[in-house]
Amino acid sequence: MTAIDTPAGNVLGPPATSFLAVRDLRVAFPTEDGLVRSVDGVSFALEKGKTLGIVGESGCGKSVTAQAILGLHKGTRAQISGEVWLNGTELVSADAEDVRQLRGNEMSMIFQDPLSALHPFFSIGSQIVEAYRIHHDASKKQSWVRAVEMLDRVGIPNASDRARDYPHQFSGGMRQRAMIAMALVNDPQLLIADEPTTALDVTVQAQIIDLMSDLQKEFGSAIIIITHDLGVVAEIADHVMVMYAGRGVEYSTADEVFYRPEHPYTWGLLSSVTRLDRVREDRLRPIPGTPPSLLNVPKGCAFNPRCTYRGTGGIPCTSERPELVATTPGHTVACHMPAEVRRAAFLGDIKPTL
Amino acid sequence: MIRYIIRRLLGALLVVFVISIATFGIYFIAPKVTGSDPSYLYVGRHGSPAQVEAVRHAFGLDQPVIKQYWTYMTGIFKGRTFTDGVSTEYCGPPCLGYSFQYQDSVTALIKDRFPVTLSLSIGASIMWLVGGVAVGIISALKRGTLIDRASMVIALAGVSLPVYFTGLLLLSIFTYGPPALRWFPNAGQGYIPFTQDPWGWFTSLMLPWISLAFLFAALYARLTRASMLETMGEDYIRTARAKGLRSRTVVGKHALRAALTPIVTIFGLDLAGLLGGAILTEYTFSLQGLGKLSIDAIAKQDLPVIMGVVIVGALLLVVANIVVDVLYAVIDPRVRYS
Repeated sequence: MTAIDTPAGNVLGPPATSFLAVRDLRVAFPTEDGLVRSVDGVSFALEKGKTLGIVGESGCGKSVTAQAILGLHKGTRAQISGEVWLNGTELVSADAEDVRQLRGNEMSMIFQDPLSALHPFFSIGSQIVEAYRIHHDASKKQSWVRAVEMLDRVGIPNASDRARDYPHQFSGGMRQRAMIAMALVNDPQLLIADEPTTALDVTVQAQIIDLMSDLQKEFGSAIIIITHDLGVVAEIADHVMVMYAGRGVEYSTADEVFYRPEHPYTWGLLSSVTRLDRVREDRLRPIPGTPPSLLNVPKGCAFNPRCTYRGTGGIPCTSERPELVATTPGHTVACHMPAEVRRAAFLGDIKPTL
Repeated sequence: MIRYIIRRLLGALLVVFVISIATFGIYFIAPKVTGSDPSYLYVGRHGSPAQVEAVRHAFGLDQPVIKQYWTYMTGIFKGRTFTDGVSTEYCGPPCLGYSFQYQDSVTALIKDRFPVTLSLSIGASIMWLVGGVAVGIISALKRGTLIDRASMVIALAGVSLPVYFTGLLLLSIFTYGPPALRWFPNAGQGYIPFTQDPWGWFTSLMLPWISLAFLFAALYARLTRASMLETMGEDYIRTARAKGLRSRTVVGKHALRAALTPIVTIFGLDLAGLLGGAILTEYTFSLQGLGKLSIDAIAKQDLPVIMGVVIVGALLLVVANIVVDVLYAVIDPRVRYS
């Protein structure tokens, strides 16, 4: 695992030798109101068999990052820069056709709402068969056997019959299992799960998370899990990147982020987890304010309007953008507060209230 | 699926039944209101009251309404015999009445005119379906580009220009225009049966097809474009792309199939509506189709013909509705199981 401690503007990040290396990725969408910078300089690396959790509020650029890695913005009006290295191949500058052949094969994706993400007019089995056949020279019959095998593998009872059913005949949890079966049918080495459990019941959520870690152990693939649910991250992720307004604001191992977080936004996320063991008024502590519009990101640190520590000790929160800088090896934070002050603030102000 | 179709068919029969009552009501009430008794049309304005009475009796117009309706309806299934005391006409099933104007059974008239309307509608519908949907897809995929804007302007023109304008324009160029451009000299000069002269049938119908298809193609292009744009934004399209499918599979299989459902619905109804008579096009190109028949019948208050055309048109629409519903169930599995 490689730490990210490169100043932005310099198209360097983690070395391209990592299994997946995202270096200063930027994705912007031109709109009538101006340029929306959804992802504005994101870097991270991920090795096989490891899981990275990307955490942040809605609209912070998590999903756009994932879709950019998969090359889903190719051929649209999105403006993309930076580098994405997968297994030694750079994808941002690569030919759209080459990326297409990797998509669903080397790298695949699970989406948030499996009901809308599966085509309502085709049976589950045929949708998996299609995913398999586009990357394999297999007969329909062989592919069907493979699809049933995958459905069985992800725990769908009576898979050979269920494969003929349509998505609307599946329950939410079963649909997400089918979605996972479809994403894994080609044994991808990189699996991106975009809020895979958000649309599901809590009990089903746990099953899906377990399923994903089991499959990871079996296939040794790298997983990026995008979520705003810290519980999911705590359960599955090795590393965590916290994103805010299109940028990474804190990155480290899951343990570091949970037990020694240094960014005020991460503190906010941790504090906002619902706690049923508290008195009713104190169970939910939201972060004050709302995420900024990506059309008009606050000057300086994007989080400054919502930050209680803004300007303490004369730090330039409203004028200078903080860069991700290593605070300890493998732990980077983008905050102007000096590291000792942050640690003291966490231990003194935040930790006792968590 | 079978039960679904049977249920739909029973519903359709009810609809046709209600329409037949409504039309018959008009058939019966209209003469009373306008004072133009159909029997006068047969006898002529100067017939004696005795003659009129004789005709009225011969056609059963002096019977109670319910009885008349019963006679009419049983005639559809069993056939009827019309006699004015001098000559006798047998009108075999399905007998839709007897036209005083044409001195012929309505069924025979409709049978005679239907091939014209059928040729016109089928040809035009193929043209507009292929053309309109293709333009719509291209526009949706090239949204915002020059191609998109140009085709949408042409589509707007197509929707706005009445068929008699386009039709006359085409006629004046390709039939009566400069000799070098007289590509379809036999257009606008009546219908040439396919069985008699296939090539003549084709060339004589080309301009009517184009005029009619232009109007509808414009509508379909806009509809397809909107439907495609909506579908292309669906999550399952993103999934299809994430699977690594080629763009043409994503568009041609995943997007188009979903985008076509509203078009199938509209197409069925449009085609059925046209089969009941494409009045303006038939008039513009002097085609003796059902539309022309019904408009002439209205002008001459030929009530049995109006009634017959309306019932046939209603039947076509109801059948089209069922076909559309069945197609819908074939396309969308969610319909099938609910």
